[in-house]
Amino acid sequence: MSVLTFKGGIHPPDKKELAKDKSVRPANIPQRVVIPLSQHVGAPCKPLVSIGQEIKKGEVIGEPGGFVSAPVHSSVSGKVIAIGEFPNAMGRMITSVVVENNGKEEWTPLKDEPDYMSLSPEELKEKIKAAGIVGLGGAAFPTSVKLSPPKEKPIDTVVINGAECEPYLTADYRLMIERPREVIDGLKILMKTVGVTRGFVGIEDNKPDAVDKMKDAAKGETGIEVCSLKVKYPQGAEKMLIKAVTGREVPARGLPMDVKVVVQNVGTAVAVYEAARFGKPLIERVVTVTGEGIGNPSNLMVRIGTLVSGLIDECGGFKNGVGKVIAGGPMMGFALSTLDVPVTKGTSGILVIPEEGVVHAEDFQPCIRCGRCVDVCPMSLMPSMLSVLSEKGRYEEAKEYNLFDCFECGSCAFVCPSKRPIVQLVRLAKSLVKP
Amino acid sequence: MEAIKKEHELIVAVSPHVKSEETVSRIMWSVNLSLLPAVVMGAYFFGIKAVLVVSLCIVTAVLSEYIFERALKRTVTINDGSAFLTGLLLGMNLPASLWSFSPFTIHVPIIGSFVAVIITKQLFGGLGYNVFNPALIGRAFLLISFPRLMTIWTEPSAAFLSFDAKTTATPLGIMKEEGVGKLMEVFGDKMNLYTQLLVGHRAGSIGEVSALALLIGASFLLFRRYITWHIPFSFLGTAALLAWIFGGKDPATGKLILFSGDPVVHLLSGGLLLGAFFMATDYVTCPTLKKGQIIFGIGCGTLTMLIRLAGGYPEGVMFAILIMNCFAPIIDRGFRTKVFGAVKAKESKK
Repeated sequence: MSVLTFKGGIHPPDKKELAKDKSVRPANIPQRVVIPLSQHVGAPCKPLVSIGQEIKKGEVIGEPGGFVSAPVHSSVSGKVIAIGEFPNAMGRMITSVVVENNGKEEWTPLKDEPDYMSLSPEELKEKIKAAGIVGLGGAAFPTSVKLSPPKEKPIDTVVINGAECEPYLTADYRLMIERPREVIDGLKILMKTVGVTRGFVGIEDNKPDAVDKMKDAAKGETGIEVCSLKVKYPQGAEKMLIKAVTGREVPARGLPMDVKVVVQNVGTAVAVYEAARFGKPLIERVVTVTGEGIGNPSNLMVRIGTLVSGLIDECGGFKNGVGKVIAGGPMMGFALSTLDVPVTKGTSGILVIPEEGVVHAEDFQPCIRCGRCVDVCPMSLMPSMLSVLSEKGRYEEAKEYNLFDCFECGSCAFVCPSKRPIVQLVRLAKSLVKP
Repeated sequence: MEAIKKEHELIVAVSPHVKSEETVSRIMWSVNLSLLPAVVMGAYFFGIKAVLVVSLCIVTAVLSEYIFERALKRTVTINDGSAFLTGLLLGMNLPASLWSFSPFTIHVPIIGSFVAVIITKQLFGGLGYNVFNPALIGRAFLLISFPRLMTIWTEPSAAFLSFDAKTTATPLGIMKEEGVGKLMEVFGDKMNLYTQLLVGHRAGSIGEVSALALLIGASFLLFRRYITWHIPFSFLGTAALLAWIFGGKDPATGKLILFSGDPVVHLLSGGLLLGAFFMATDYVTCPTLKKGQIIFGIGCGTLTMLIRLAGGYPEGVMFAILIMNCFAPIIDRGFRTKVFGAVKAKESKK
């Protein structure tokens, strides 16, 4: 059997054993949730509620601010007590709605639809849009927009991303183990909305049990194939996944739709199913709280707007002296400066690295041109040149080395023996020149 | 006022938050280690003088780097193993006869080491910025400045503590001056010649004589992926091919007979193995991209044989690598990587 994969990539220790066998359990519902009105790529939402207003669980509190946007719903029932600027995981100040939970868990009326597969693609897309679903893998791109490609870009394949190539994270893995049927149903809905008959689920082969579960669930479905992919970071990057599963190469600076593919994360597929079947808006998601620095690594179903500090307490608090707390995985996640930031739709994990495990990067050395970064770059760039040019302030020249094709997976910085902050230098250059 | 609960002090940094354990110093010390078998064999054949020459080079290299960096108030980098490696490689490329008080030649290795570390590396900005392989510039400088002292070769002997040794010529020297026939005469027969070259029982620079020991070190580097096959194999392959095509002469008339050369003798003698596996592969001074590395290796092999067969020196590895070092940046520009999706992008524009 040929092994499905891509060229380049790295093998960081996967550390999934910490949280892999912990079933998803509901997290404590906080007294207060802070719900940012911008949790997605695209225009922020406009608030629809005012301070003092009583709202129900699942009620829309922010309406989309443009085409590329997604509505935001309340994750608890209660009273709006503040609308203002609060920090998010990236350290930016975002207009957010603070809701005081009244503990009643009253749902806003939802439309049950047992026969959802008889709906038209347009109706299904409308349900997905209304539910505020965005890509749950981390990028948080509005799903309904991905499902509405322009006419000249026909789609023939939907790929469900179950690679979960970031070390430590197990949220998607748990979903595939616990709710494989819903993942497949979500995929079928996605296939219907874009009018295709071919669907794939791509899973790294370090999760053979997930592959088996998904294969069982897909049994008897026509046109759906579950693929086992070689374990290699960043297998879950959209372009690498498409290459591995379909053999197609997304053009440089292009989008998956340029090769007739739509990619959605496992968690997104489940959310899509729940939106179509029950009309349920996206108000909670699975978050892996893990790392050597947390007392009790867990996979939790967390209400959007729950503060990270609450999750840390619930998972046994810090141990071994806290060093970094990261929203997302260790390769592409954001290090938090404060624990008072909310879980958003894109938060796949909270990773706690103890102080002794933190790699300090301040004393990096000059590039010795060993070429390890060139060998591992999944985009076939020359990270060594990019980092040197950026360091010297020659940003325009960095563009000649395809600066803007870098998606900052961090494979180069992982392997660099000089410990050069290549991703940081690339981001610096990107911020100082126009594409 | 209520006491404010002290916030956990969190470390904030850009991703990725995990890194591999590979470091520059681990790589450098591994290369140093891989050279150990060859040095031990050099010491076995050339005795304590070999050990002293190599040690002198290493001490000078490390010390001059230390003093230079302290004087310029830079971070002292002697622990990264790179100055040590430069000293070690230079020492391995010198004849053991340089350890001599009458005539006094102790200054020669010292000058070479200084030129290698300070002029070739530090003045260009330190590790990573040098254009040329430091040890080879050190040796080239010495060969040009002290041409006679640099070519006094002694016979290998097993008497470790002996300071007296008979001078003789290297196999390449014999071939250059008197032809392959003479070489066979000296070593008896072909099999004996190959065996002696493999073991290292011949005149030559301290670290280059034992082909077997060098191959052991090279396999270690290849196995650990500190070097890849691209440069050494294209280098050696080209040299062997050219040696076979152009290396044969009619013993009577001295006329060139095509396709009659002996590639094995050429591969196993001189500094070819040491150069191909340990010096042409220096990350800083070779091309970064694999395709470029093959071109670089072919260039090194061609120049080496050009010098050996048609030049004034019996050995050409050093100058071949140094000349190709100049071309490394240009080669890298010519073989820039093609970005993922680039071909398709062109097609879609059509």
